[in-house]
Amino acid sequence: MRTETAASSANPAASPISPLLIRGGRPYGEDVRDVLLVDGTIEAIGADLHAPEGAEIIDASGCIVLPGLVDLHTHLREPGGEEAETVESGTRAAARGGFTAVHAMANTTPVADTAGVVEQVARSGDSAGWCAVRPVGAVTVGLAGERLAELDAMANSRAKVRVFSDDGKCVHDPVLMRRALEYVKSFDGVIAQHAQDPRLTEGAQMHEGVVSAELGLAGWPAVAEESIIARDVLLAQHVGSRLHVCHLSTAGSVDIVRWAKQRGVAVTAEVTPHHLLLTDENVRQFDAVFKVNPPLRTAEDVEAVREGLADGTIDIVATDHAPHPRDAKDREWDQAAMGMTGLETALSLVQRTMVEDGRLSWRDVARVMSQKPAEIGRDEDQGHPLEPGAPAHVLVWDPRPQRVTDPGEHASRSRNSPFAGLELPGTNRLTVLAGRPTVRDGAVVEH
Amino acid sequence: MRHFISIADLDRAEAIAVLATAEHMAETQSRSIRKLPTLVGATVVNLFFEDSTRTRISFEAAAKRLSADVINFSAKGSSVSKGESLKDTALTLQAMGADAVVVRSGSSGAAHLLAHSGWIDQPIVNAGDGAHEHPTQAMLDAFTLRRHLRPGDRTGGLDGIHVVIVGDVLHSRVARSNVLLLTLLGARVTLVAPPALVPVGVSAWPCEILYDLDEALATGPDAVMMLRVQRERMVGGGFFPTEGEYSRRYGLTTVRAASLPAHSIVLHPGPMIRGFEIAGDVADSPRSVIVEQVASGVFVRMAVLYHLLATDAWEAPREN
Repeated sequence: MRTETAASSANPAASPISPLLIRGGRPYGEDVRDVLLVDGTIEAIGADLHAPEGAEIIDASGCIVLPGLVDLHTHLREPGGEEAETVESGTRAAARGGFTAVHAMANTTPVADTAGVVEQVARSGDSAGWCAVRPVGAVTVGLAGERLAELDAMANSRAKVRVFSDDGKCVHDPVLMRRALEYVKSFDGVIAQHAQDPRLTEGAQMHEGVVSAELGLAGWPAVAEESIIARDVLLAQHVGSRLHVCHLSTAGSVDIVRWAKQRGVAVTAEVTPHHLLLTDENVRQFDAVFKVNPPLRTAEDVEAVREGLADGTIDIVATDHAPHPRDAKDREWDQAAMGMTGLETALSLVQRTMVEDGRLSWRDVARVMSQKPAEIGRDEDQGHPLEPGAPAHVLVWDPRPQRVTDPGEHASRSRNSPFAGLELPGTNRLTVLAGRPTVRDGAVVEH
Repeated sequence: MRHFISIADLDRAEAIAVLATAEHMAETQSRSIRKLPTLVGATVVNLFFEDSTRTRISFEAAAKRLSADVINFSAKGSSVSKGESLKDTALTLQAMGADAVVVRSGSSGAAHLLAHSGWIDQPIVNAGDGAHEHPTQAMLDAFTLRRHLRPGDRTGGLDGIHVVIVGDVLHSRVARSNVLLLTLLGARVTLVAPPALVPVGVSAWPCEILYDLDEALATGPDAVMMLRVQRERMVGGGFFPTEGEYSRRYGLTTVRAASLPAHSIVLHPGPMIRGFEIAGDVADSPRSVIVEQVASGVFVRMAVLYHLLATDAWEAPREN
């Protein structure tokens, strides 16, 4: 743990920032415009901008310029899981992925269910300096699903928590879920639900269907997700609260959220990059790098979540970046940990699955990976459109290179990427956090 | 054939070749000296993470009759029960110089993982992995079926034969391997089970599903294979209301057995629960081949070890 003194000396905000002129890129993939960043703010956007005295000029020709990405669903593992990831390593991974903010999930040891823990996580993020870290608070004490944690204390702490989740576990007690939804209204919070009926998924190992029948692995049925989402949208409507659905993965879930939105329920939903590409067919090799919760579904589900993301039923892409040490994955399938890393491949996956077939424009990508996640998380400093006066959180993305994914190159402390060996498009040319480069040409800028 | 993991890895010719070798092995076992020198100097490790006396003994007998040395490594009382991982166990066996590993595990995919993880280079034989597959059981069932229903045929399949498999299909690796192998060999397979013990997604299997045992038996099948009800794997409970109701609906009673055609045979992979899934009198009746299945198991496992370890594998076995 860093001391306060070390934290302040490591804090990059202490030293002055030189102006940055991003020249010749295409904001939102549209017309070529220069973007000038001065003093942590977007100073100007326009054609052939003049470089001020001392400005660094970045050649962004051929690149897309986007607002810095915001991840609503990240497992940084600290405190307690430092073998898998730390705030330092996880936020470096985030910066490499083009993120300028992540929401750190609460299932740490100790659980982030008190003001003390969430403030510690936020402080660690500030001192690391690679991206903003917004802690997510647990809904229930110890994620045990029995009684509410002190949500108000976390909301009014210095971490200003607005997203609450027992992610990894479902708030399955309907009364407790109702109370949580009601309680967070007073500070404009949101409950982010991990939708999984625990009784329907006892011992579950993979999506229940044709492949699980053949492999003899216990099934995780789609209905275990859909029934909780259906209940929760009705509860949210009944009490007039905001609900966010984590890592929605089935065609039925898309239908339920679409129906709820038509009824005016204040529900938002996320899909992970891996659920946009991979299917239960990937389980056939029994390689636990493909073990994740919710499980990889069928090709029909993949098509439905892509369609839901394209038509706005699904609001955002969130990584569910879930690092694990190698020993947790080098095991028999039913004994291996669930989860995949995702921060450093997320935008490539979205480009591959959504942009390249024309279902999302780059402006849409900014909406689902920056603007909306910041709105849901009430991140006032993040997710702003690229316009003069906005905070200088910027990503310069070159969509042209095709590269074979090598988890060995990742900044994450863990290597459990299911995309290892897969050729994916795009590379991060530059991530800028509050005017200061955190990543250049894919490499973290040491400070 | 590098490993013996799944029936899905075999084509029909390979399956028939293993059966042919098993027939050769069976012949040698009627001689006064039953031990063959084929695998002298080879070490076969039986790596059993699940209790299974009968399968372990069968593999041990098969290896010993081929003159291999056998090391039994069972989870209980070993380093595995102290928390050692499959990976470390595999690395240990590799370092000790095992020539083949026969693995039984409660985890579906364990044999596949051993064969493809890079932890160990030697041939892997799947002696049952979770609810996935038990390929040597299916081979011994096919061997037994052919001997009874195609007597004298040592080169053919099971074309035209109708086999009814009854019971806890959901948790059964025996059922999965048999559906694949029997249909590969040309048989028609009907599964009979209460709906909760049929896996969701079964529609992709190359067989027919019925919920009514009497309806299935009325078609006059050539063989009925009863499965053990695996209560220890029934997570969540509620698969059927009571043993009595299960037994009435799905038990092979003497009355039901009497309705079968005269030539029909009855199989059970064991261990069987008499009076529950099968009546004791049926298990002991002339149409029961349950004890013979045990003998077939040794021949088939000799054949599998032969194909994996003998230097002239896939040639005709030597008559010495």
